Amino acid sequence: MIRKVRSHQTQNEPLLFERSSPGKKGYQLPPLDVPGVAPAEALGVANVRREIEGFPEVSEVEIIRHFTRLSTWNYAIDLGLYPLGSCTMKYNPRLNEFVARIEGLAQAHPYQPEELAQGAMRVQVQLEQYLRETTGMDEVTLQPAAGAHGEQTGILLIRAYLEAQGDARRKVLIPDSAHGTNPATAAIAGYEVEEIKSNDQGMIDLEALERAVDDSVAALMVTNPNTVGIFEKDIAMVAEILHTRGAQLYMDGANMNALVGIARPGDFGVDVMHLNLHKTFSTPHGGGGPGAGPVAVKKHLAPHLPVPRIEESNGILRYCYDRELSIGRVRAYFGNFGVLVRALAYILAHGGDGLRNATIDAVLNANYIRMGIEDRYELPYKAPSMHECVFSDDRQARSGVRTGDIAKRLIDYGFHPYTVSFPLIVRGALMIEPTETESKQELDLFIDALRSIADEVESDPELVRSAPHTTRTKRVDETRAARRPVLHWKAPEEEKQAAD
Amino acid sequence: MRYLPKSPEERRQMLAALGMGSAEELFSHLPADVRLDRPLDIPSGKSEYEIVQYFNGLAAQNANGYPSFLGAGVYRHFRPVVVDPLATRSEFLTAYTPYQAEISQGVLTTIFEFQTMVTQLTGMDVANASMYDGSTAVPEAGMMAARITRRDKLLVARTVHPEYREVLNTYGRHQTLPVETVAYDAESGQLDFDDLDAKLDHETAAVIVQSPNFFGVVDKTREAAELAHRYGALLVVIFTEAVSLGLLEPACEADIVAGEMQSFAHPPSYGGPFVGVLATRQKYVRQMPGRLVGETVDSEGNRAFCLTLATREQHIRRAKATSNICTNQALIALMATIYMSVFGKQGLRELAEQNLSKAHYLADEIGRNGGQRVFSGPFFNEFVVRTNGVGAAEVNRRALDEKIVGGLPLKKFYPELQDALLVCATEVNNRDEMDRYAAQFSG
Repeated sequence: MIRKVRSHQTQNEPLLFERSSPGKKGYQLPPLDVPGVAPAEALGVANVRREIEGFPEVSEVEIIRHFTRLSTWNYAIDLGLYPLGSCTMKYNPRLNEFVARIEGLAQAHPYQPEELAQGAMRVQVQLEQYLRETTGMDEVTLQPAAGAHGEQTGILLIRAYLEAQGDARRKVLIPDSAHGTNPATAAIAGYEVEEIKSNDQGMIDLEALERAVDDSVAALMVTNPNTVGIFEKDIAMVAEILHTRGAQLYMDGANMNALVGIARPGDFGVDVMHLNLHKTFSTPHGGGGPGAGPVAVKKHLAPHLPVPRIEESNGILRYCYDRELSIGRVRAYFGNFGVLVRALAYILAHGGDGLRNATIDAVLNANYIRMGIEDRYELPYKAPSMHECVFSDDRQARSGVRTGDIAKRLIDYGFHPYTVSFPLIVRGALMIEPTETESKQELDLFIDALRSIADEVESDPELVRSAPHTTRTKRVDETRAARRPVLHWKAPEEEKQAAD
Repeated sequence: MRYLPKSPEERRQMLAALGMGSAEELFSHLPADVRLDRPLDIPSGKSEYEIVQYFNGLAAQNANGYPSFLGAGVYRHFRPVVVDPLATRSEFLTAYTPYQAEISQGVLTTIFEFQTMVTQLTGMDVANASMYDGSTAVPEAGMMAARITRRDKLLVARTVHPEYREVLNTYGRHQTLPVETVAYDAESGQLDFDDLDAKLDHETAAVIVQSPNFFGVVDKTREAAELAHRYGALLVVIFTEAVSLGLLEPACEADIVAGEMQSFAHPPSYGGPFVGVLATRQKYVRQMPGRLVGETVDSEGNRAFCLTLATREQHIRRAKATSNICTNQALIALMATIYMSVFGKQGLRELAEQNLSKAHYLADEIGRNGGQRVFSGPFFNEFVVRTNGVGAAEVNRRALDEKIVGGLPLKKFYPELQDALLVCATEVNNRDEMDRYAAQFSG
């Protein structure tokens, strides 16, 4: 029985280019109040383009309908539970959108004089302070544009620090449960990657770590809680093993939603970490970004932080570029400022107590789901869950149904799927992270849905394998997309010519 | 708390279902020495009203409502009213990366449209779903060129945005991609081809130029391409002012085009979030970083879109990926897509012509008041001027007295350009404010 949704009509809609017709307009410019300049004269004939070939021409009404119709083809957190593990899809308060659009913030130019940018600078200083307090670290840079960009910044900081000690080292250790960005980042930062196997509880194997850490190792990149949603209880020992051999501990903060107000990485030995403001601090994902990936460090790494840093004297803020040991800039200007404003609004709305309560509810929700389906799905690691729980499709696979199929069937029940087939250490993983912003009713519906699908796997596996059945777009042929990539629209004649 | 949808009773029921008497038990497995034993030192939660007041107060400390002649990579353009109501629809704003294609066709379709319009504007064959911003798109383009050519040296024009070059240096240093700068011609403000020729060799992976460059001057990309290709190097063309593409011949001779599309519907927002662009030729598509959306069909044969060529990406290739990029800037790319559809083929050209006309008017007026344009190369909507004895700082100080934010003093980035300002005018600058700013240049 599907209780969360009923199907409704959705409008068909062609591409903008297929709506286009010469002379249609969606704009009107004011009359020019200065003499018009002839482009060919000002720029030279060869520099002026004839036209933008293929560019659309559509009217305002059509634009409104086009994007409104397309929007109805998306699922979104504002429609319901979005339990993507590792992604922390929580409610994005509208207040944050409102304040980010206040004119004096939205229209601020990064090069306006510092005396006329004190408000924008204060936003950064205030957010840095709250992030330091939340993480227990000593300094924060807000410059990285996203989580992976923060990882990269963090690893470069470690590299700069070790280089300053006279030995950059050559390897970064990464657990086999890590996000794909971790090894990709280490490689981008010029390091070799060595994988550390997890133990039978899904945690870092201390003995394997002991064996792996020698004087060629620059750092270990760890996610805590890790990607199976389990707190690395030996984290302080992990830090000690690294530190006694001159290596650094990097923490991927993707799962910080499990820790805010409960435990602080700075208190358990982490040297450097990034935060995903678009996860833990509720800034909207917007279909894939923008995010922001501030990096928090202990004192010894601080001299290497990207420039500029903000300094305050007599209540006046100013940028300081004079940092000899800095790794340099990782992004132009001051990072994704608009995202920083939203995150600060979120922190202010919760306050210290509220942030802690949010963490409690996030962990409560994950455990409630875990308990609700534990008897129907295989739970490979039994250690207590934090903010997410990870199951395996082992039992369903016996009927020929895999995690990807169960995910697609969840869509019919009105839910966005969980994260599929990650982490890699769990065969056929179902990685579920509800976040704190779900009601008991929504969680109960989700549990019912997963239980009902488990029944269907036994009674009618084909129903699950061929899902989704109720969406306007049925199962999408991804193989075909990759085999013959069509990456932009072609006019019908153009397409015909290409085929000839 | 208004963002937490549970009553105390529901919380109690849920804990009871887990066999727990209190929420503390959820964390009882954490070692005591890692637990935070005090409340976070952050003031208690505030109401909407207080938070709006707080940010209004901060906004009031910024230059609020001043006419401005700052550009330098971040441009003020009018944002059509339809952009925000559409882009902030819940289904766009609060969706994740479209991994589940069946319920993400909305965002996938808009990204496909974005990719298409970027190729139309840049004259390239393929474009990705967006990069973080223009500055990070540059090193990604450089690394891509290094992979393609299997060479490692990057030559970057000094007229590429100085902060973009700083980002390139940060990345390059750790990728062992040596970065050398190429001088500009002091007269034209364009690339110094003698210097480029002298520095090009068969180790050079790419020549990176910007057009219009940081001085606002339209550069000679065709000549740069010829020279680069003669040495087997790629040409990477950067842009920071997307509106210029409405009027300027695209750099079709480039191998990679990377740039910033903030101009298309995103306010300056103190430098971010913006939306980077990366486009290239068909033959290099598998070396591209970032997300790509492709067309396909669903099981009923209907047109559908999905993320594709993921084997380049970190979640599949891990340490061997083309980039560590995961997040892109889909929402800002959506705003740009809406913006491009509002202006369309004719409007973007008209808009570009207005920018051209405004900037040339302002340049003439500043000239009439004693300022001198420094470079002779053709310019689009910004230009470099020297004050005639008044001093760049003094011109801007006088302007601020009139509540006008002047152009960017260049000496910070170009010590040889003491006393020079990079001045930008767009369609939002009216004649009166331009006249008033120009008047500050008179001795």
